[in-house]
Amino acid sequence: MLSFVVKRVLSAVPVLFMVAVIVFMVLRLSPGDPAVMIAGPNATSEQLADLRESMGLNRPLLEQLVIWLGDIGRGDFGTSLVSGKPVTELVMDRLWPTLALSTTTIILAVAVALPLGVIAAWQQGKWLDRLVMAGSVVGFSVPVFIIGYVMILIFARKLGWFPVQGYKPIADGFGEFASRLVLPSIALSFPYIALIARIVRTNVIEVMGEDYIRTARAKGQTERGVMTEHALRNAAVPIVTIIGVSIAMLISGVVVTESVFNIPGLGRLVLEAVLARDYTVIQAVILLFSTIYVFINLSVDLLYGLFDPRIRY
Amino acid sequence: MLTKSFCSNLLKPTMLALALGTVSGAAVQAQTITAVMHAPLRAVDPVISTAYILRNFGYMIYDTPLALDSAGTPQPQMASWEVSEDGKTYTFTLRDGLTFHDGAPVTAEDVVASVTRWSKVDKTGQVMASLMTEMVAVDDKTWTMTFGEPTGIALIALSKPSGLAPFIMPASVAATPVSEPITSTIGSGPFKFVEEDYRPGVSATFAKFEEYVPREEPSDGMAGAKVVKVDEVVWTTMPDPMTSLNALMSGEIDFLEQTPHDLLPVIEGNPDISTRQVKKQGSQNLVRMNHTLPPFDNPKYREAVLLALGQQPMLDAQVGAGSDYSQACAAVFGCGSIYNYDYRADDIMNAHPEEAKAILDEVGYDGTPILLMHATDLATLNPQGPVIAAQLRDAGFTVDMVSMDWASVVARRASKATLADGGWNMFSTTNVLPDVANPIGFIGVAAGGDSAWFGWPDVPEIEELRMAIAQTADVDQQIEYAKKIDELVIDNGVMVPMGELFNVNAYSSKLTGLVESEAPVFWNVEKAE
Repeated sequence: MLSFVVKRVLSAVPVLFMVAVIVFMVLRLSPGDPAVMIAGPNATSEQLADLRESMGLNRPLLEQLVIWLGDIGRGDFGTSLVSGKPVTELVMDRLWPTLALSTTTIILAVAVALPLGVIAAWQQGKWLDRLVMAGSVVGFSVPVFIIGYVMILIFARKLGWFPVQGYKPIADGFGEFASRLVLPSIALSFPYIALIARIVRTNVIEVMGEDYIRTARAKGQTERGVMTEHALRNAAVPIVTIIGVSIAMLISGVVVTESVFNIPGLGRLVLEAVLARDYTVIQAVILLFSTIYVFINLSVDLLYGLFDPRIRY
Repeated sequence: MLTKSFCSNLLKPTMLALALGTVSGAAVQAQTITAVMHAPLRAVDPVISTAYILRNFGYMIYDTPLALDSAGTPQPQMASWEVSEDGKTYTFTLRDGLTFHDGAPVTAEDVVASVTRWSKVDKTGQVMASLMTEMVAVDDKTWTMTFGEPTGIALIALSKPSGLAPFIMPASVAATPVSEPITSTIGSGPFKFVEEDYRPGVSATFAKFEEYVPREEPSDGMAGAKVVKVDEVVWTTMPDPMTSLNALMSGEIDFLEQTPHDLLPVIEGNPDISTRQVKKQGSQNLVRMNHTLPPFDNPKYREAVLLALGQQPMLDAQVGAGSDYSQACAAVFGCGSIYNYDYRADDIMNAHPEEAKAILDEVGYDGTPILLMHATDLATLNPQGPVIAAQLRDAGFTVDMVSMDWASVVARRASKATLADGGWNMFSTTNVLPDVANPIGFIGVAAGGDSAWFGWPDVPEIEELRMAIAQTADVDQQIEYAKKIDELVIDNGVMVPMGELFNVNAYSSKLTGLVESEAPVFWNVEKAE
């Protein structure tokens, strides 16, 4: 097990290196110039050249790449070309709102989707199953921003139960923190509830047709016991996979929700950085997303062994 | 089954507890204006970037030597002035009580250093520097500016309200080369920047600068007393306009700098929300052609474009048909400026596709596509491209509209290459009216070839007239020169004015005393409990 983990962590290094190189090259070869964005339309060509020089953009691409890779090897992601602030500081500032939103969303999604999927499988073909599946189609089809606006209208504007927008760190008080996460988490959880519920249903239905389920029933085990001890556990591997993928998708794909609820997270940071051609910030965030993907995949692989004893590393 | 009463019983106490937490926190909070500005603040050097959010930031924490009153006349702000009899030497004297936020007194040396740095970047400042023979600090409170000829440029430049305004910072900070953005936020303005609360792109906090000594005259435009009547102003960023409006209606924010015109009906009639149209914070649409590449190196084609385009369809697409928040305007320097002029108004304001077609027939246009850059990520600019393309096509042009984000337009418009190598024929944008109303500084009329704004028109007569405006202090003479520039700009296709649209501030009815000015400012604003 330990050797597997070490091997996987080491194998992530070349992956992340390739990601770093590709992101760097794609950014530098795409249109846009941070110096022009910063200096504005009145800047003379001499001023622009001086600005590029001071930002290190005049150096050959390969030299810039080597310097950047050397810096990140030492844990230094540089400074934002636009704000002049350390990139690590900017990313860490935005990481916590995204993590808070993603964590509450995935907990909510799993807590709701798992029983819904099981109930749908259990009641396969009956009205409850159809209701859950119809709901999942709706949840998957309606854009998150529409759900967000409707929730703001009802729960923030009409009922006044929650703030319209914003994020407060938990240090400002749990009430402030939680009240601002309720609406965005619920809005964002809809597609994930739909996705996970469908996967749970499909896999539970598949497992329920297996011989060992029939054997368990023949031995007199209750339906609840069959479901929790046999069906769910055997259906867990693909469910864990989709939950892992959902977490990764959530962290890197919350930009719309962050915008609608004005949560200053990583999604907004990377969008703003792209529009301003703030290369160092974009590079750092994409690298962070890639690292998260790699480690979520690793965690999912390790979890397989928990649910399926046949899987050993 | 979950019943409504169950939900109410469970949720209401919870929400009440959360609300109580908020209220009890608010009771000890300072009086704060929370404002959503048009863009996030991500940098702090208001001199090297023309981003309007940095201009607004500058007005919070810095002061300017002079300022324009509501009539557009330069008035003393940090300093008063005297002019020598020959009109060549201006002597400025700083008023008493001016200190920087770190407690150091503001000196003439600080002003000289700040104006020197600013004039390396700003167009008006560059013209002023080119005419100036000397600028020296005579003593701690006095500095002089000497020119080769009698001129009014010193007053125009030092009271410039928009674009890059001449903000005064400590000399040690102003010594920073313009190739290096400053990181200091020490100013002498009515607000102090709260560095520890600054989150680039998210929020910025400005606290009342208790030691600020306002002028004694009443507030008038950017001039007069700057009296801070709240404890702090917090700028917060909200990328979604609908969310901003919901937050305003819920009382979570107090001020929304730019309200999307299509959302205005949502707040109309709401007694808790006030709106105001700020014409001085309006914008002029313009179309720019690349004079260095075919076909627009030929003035006939530029004339065809002028005739092909009409203003109303673009304004309708931007603010809605029949809206009061826009106006067709033929004047190059804006209809609200002292240089308002209706030269060839019909040609500019209305589309004449048949006349444009006739010109294209005359010059034998072969249908080679015109590359039009279309910025899609800014709400005001997004409608421009399709309207321009449609009007040009109606007149017989073949248009290749290339859609991209604004950053790509900014990068590509700097290219003088051929189309095959990444060049361009045409783009459109907006400039705020205070910038437009300045014939010396307005980049849209500069026509010095390589030194001109993107498109690089080369009309020496315009440059001579711009310099002539800078060299005279006679306002009537300046207006005459500006009218000649207007004519030359239109006849040479330097730019095509495409109408004006006006900004709408939406704000809590608790706010009073908002200043009518070229930039949104927060001095003199009161917030009722």
